[in-house]
Amino acid sequence: MITTGPLGTLTQEASISTETTVSEVAVQLEGITKRFPGVVANRDISLTVQKGHIHAIVGENGAGKSTLMKILYGMQRPDEGEIRVNGSPVTFHTPGDAISAGIGMVHQHFMLADNLTVLENVILGSEPRKGGLALDFAAARKKIKDLSEAYGLGIDPDVLVEDIGVGTRQRVEILKVLYRGARILILDEPTAVLVPHEVDELFENLHGLVREGITIIFISHHLDEVLKVADAITVIRRGTTVAEVSPEGVTARQLAELMVGSELPSPETRESTVTDVVALQVTGLTIGGEGERKVLDDVTLTIHKGEVLGIAGVEGNGQAELVEAVMGIRPSTGTITLAGEEITSWTTLRRREAGIGYIPEDRHRHGLLLEAPLWENRILGHMKEKVNVRGWWINRKGARADTERIVRDYDVRTPGIDVDAAALSGGNQQKLIVGREMSGEPKLLIAAHPTRGVDVGAQAAIWDHLRTARAAGLAVLLISADLDELIGLSDWLKVIHRGAIVAEFDPATVTPEQLGSAMTGAGEEA
Amino acid sequence: MTSSFTDRLLGRVKLSGWVSLAAPVLAIVFAGVVTSIVLALTGNPVFDTLTTMVDYGSQPRSLVLILNNATTYYLSALAVALGFRMNLFNIGVDGQYRLAALVAAAVGGAVTLPAPFHPILIILVSMLVGAAWAGIAGVLKATRGVSEVISTIMLNTIATGLGAYLLAQWAVPVAGSNNIGTPPIAESARIDGFAFVPGSSLKVFGLIFLAVAVGIGFHLLLNKTRFGFDLRATGRSEQAAVASGVNVKRMVVYAMLISGGMAGLIGMPQLLGASYSYSLDFQPGLGFTGIAIALLGRNNPVGIAFGALLWAFLDVSANILGLHKISPEIVTIMQGVIVLSVVIAYELAHRYRGVAEQKRVSRELAGAASTPQKEGASA
Ligand SMILES: Nc1ncnc2c1ncn2[C@@H]1O[C@H](COP(=O)(O)OP(=O)(O)OP(=O)(O)O)[C@@H](O)[C@H]1O
Ligand SMILES: [Mg+2]
Repeated sequence: MITTGPLGTLTQEASISTETTVSEVAVQLEGITKRFPGVVANRDISLTVQKGHIHAIVGENGAGKSTLMKILYGMQRPDEGEIRVNGSPVTFHTPGDAISAGIGMVHQHFMLADNLTVLENVILGSEPRKGGLALDFAAARKKIKDLSEAYGLGIDPDVLVEDIGVGTRQRVEILKVLYRGARILILDEPTAVLVPHEVDELFENLHGLVREGITIIFISHHLDEVLKVADAITVIRRGTTVAEVSPEGVTARQLAELMVGSELPSPETRESTVTDVVALQVTGLTIGGEGERKVLDDVTLTIHKGEVLGIAGVEGNGQAELVEAVMGIRPSTGTITLAGEEITSWTTLRRREAGIGYIPEDRHRHGLLLEAPLWENRILGHMKEKVNVRGWWINRKGARADTERIVRDYDVRTPGIDVDAAALSGGNQQKLIVGREMSGEPKLLIAAHPTRGVDVGAQAAIWDHLRTARAAGLAVLLISADLDELIGLSDWLKVIHRGAIVAEFDPATVTPEQLGSAMTGAGEEA
Repeated sequence: MTSSFTDRLLGRVKLSGWVSLAAPVLAIVFAGVVTSIVLALTGNPVFDTLTTMVDYGSQPRSLVLILNNATTYYLSALAVALGFRMNLFNIGVDGQYRLAALVAAAVGGAVTLPAPFHPILIILVSMLVGAAWAGIAGVLKATRGVSEVISTIMLNTIATGLGAYLLAQWAVPVAGSNNIGTPPIAESARIDGFAFVPGSSLKVFGLIFLAVAVGIGFHLLLNKTRFGFDLRATGRSEQAAVASGVNVKRMVVYAMLISGGMAGLIGMPQLLGASYSYSLDFQPGLGFTGIAIALLGRNNPVGIAFGALLWAFLDVSANILGLHKISPEIVTIMQGVIVLSVVIAYELAHRYRGVAEQKRVSRELAGAASTPQKEGASA
């Protein structure tokens, strides 16, 4: 392991790992360059991954991490550079080629079909044949069970995917890749959607895989967990590798500085800005009628102007439904009032007009028109705001100018506002959405995972924006899987479990452990 | 995440630059080649047939016919395209247009009004009937979730039956034939054409200007208004539209109403400009031609204009083939092949565009290697 990077001064303290292991090299990337219109996503990147290592890749949003991994997985062709797998040079034209070479990738956004079983999902695309024609389910089931046992994944092949939680889905994605014979596993932000104990489980699984000789490359913005599990860390900045460090040698802070190329701003001390004016009052919100399982069960909550109310919970316990009910997207019973006015029967558009901003949890599905330029995305959901429209007409000039503002203020890294949203890196898409939803001085912001997939620097910036707005009277309903974010940002915390609020905490005194156990429903009976 | 095949097919994904022109041109050339092969296989002279068609199609009289046919096709394709832009498949334009023209002709024949009001009334009635007929499918989809493909196809059949019944109720014999039609519309509602092509006394439909206006209106509505934004957003991602506060059900009804209203216009140039009565021989199938032309023109008003002209040219020039003992169906083959190959060509162009764009940028950036390169994603 060698330390490279033009920024000698910065890398010095981080580069402790000079021991020369003679272990085998699983993947070697040499001089990889990849250009997109207006952007060099990868510039002369070199990366060496040892066999049987967990190798982490970190870097800012838009640094080029996903692009590099897509190149290794055959989804993108590099303009220049060489890929070597287990010592021999390879050229991938499609992911199929990469799979044959033993490389598999799990994308950040799950790609499982909800209404199929785990077994069906796993074999989809590489169905085992019996005598050339009939599907051989028995053989597939056995293989899945064997794999699951061998790597301790604990997966039942016959349950429906819609019935399993995100943590399990993540393992199904991994199993799907292993099923195809992968010995080198790429995981793009695998922990972004997981709560802490699921992260721990995932890492246990990963260690199990590594013991069996599998190599893992993973991308993460959570530097603490990177330091905890990785055997080696590569830092990418602005498309190029700036450092290769070993986790023993660095702190999260140093790592962050390596990523950004400058010192991180220190978190501000803050005081409460909670007023006693009620902004949002939700009473008895319920989804699911008599006899059915209630996805939302009699939820009551109050948010004041200048207050952030955090909702903690394992994904899939009713958070999404709560948010959609408050936004008027999903029918529910109960009452909702905004600044004293009952809005229960209002349409989504009217609610947004009345000053509710909405950062949806799934940015691709609910937050963006991927095939539309950034400035049209600025209009989405804000079709009545002055900057965007004049009466019946679209105000193209105003929308474009305001998009420029968001790009500037929220540091959205993009070649321009005419590129399609699909061309932005995941974190930059997120920044655009946050910027959009904070525009027009909303009264209430519903923020589901507002910093999911954004890097530490941008995360701090978004938090700052939220705090400033909060000080000016914004009420925030915050949903997050990131406990630090919840505790650090909220004025009050509620825990949701199976659709009901089961506990409340003061973030000033709660520990992540207490929160974690409340989230799993422990002590519910008590 | 990439665009889906239907997104590309229906032009919801942009194709820019010369590729967007090259694709249809190549497709037409390819269709020409296929047609030539078919001609050769059936023992017809290839070159002569094609030149005969072009010669005939470029005569003044044919040009007028082409413009008139294209006017009708254009309106039909725009009606279809409006739905397509929202991911709605209005297959029922045909029934909407026929029923609308019939009722409008009957109303027009029954009343007399001063000049400007009479044709306006007829056009409004036609749009209303078209909108109402399409609206049924819209309401069914919005309230009951019935696929508009199925309901509009069934409404086509019902329109045929209902049309025949109503015509029998209202009709009078058409003078000089054993055809029946609605009572002729009085002078006050007739919109004169004008002999605009030198060398032919045949008149171009006066309502060709209506078609142009509808094309411009289509562009403005879709690209410049809030309604158009909502419509396109719904077409691109229904889920994102819902989350943004677009009332998708209402949009479905509105889009069907507008599409049907536009379908109501299809029969007007013919009714007010030439036949003055709706009779049994009113051209059926225009709605289906509209689907093909909307695909050709990628649901874009300018593209559709070219598509409509091309289609009309082929239709008109097919008339000469019979004289040369060549089956005019050869043109139908050609039209079919054009649609297919345009679809394929656009698909290929989409793939090529990505690759070409990246190569071009790479070359440019690599060429500028001596100057300091732009780093990362800095704009
Ligand atoms: N298909 C594409 N077309 C154009 N530009 C692209 C495309 N894909 C990525 N880019 C650009 O390449 C750069 C690197 O993107 P990439 O997705 O690799 O970033 P990343 O490091 O994974 O960021 P994040 O942490 O936000 O996911 C970005 O500036 C992005 O805008
Ligand atoms: Mg990424």
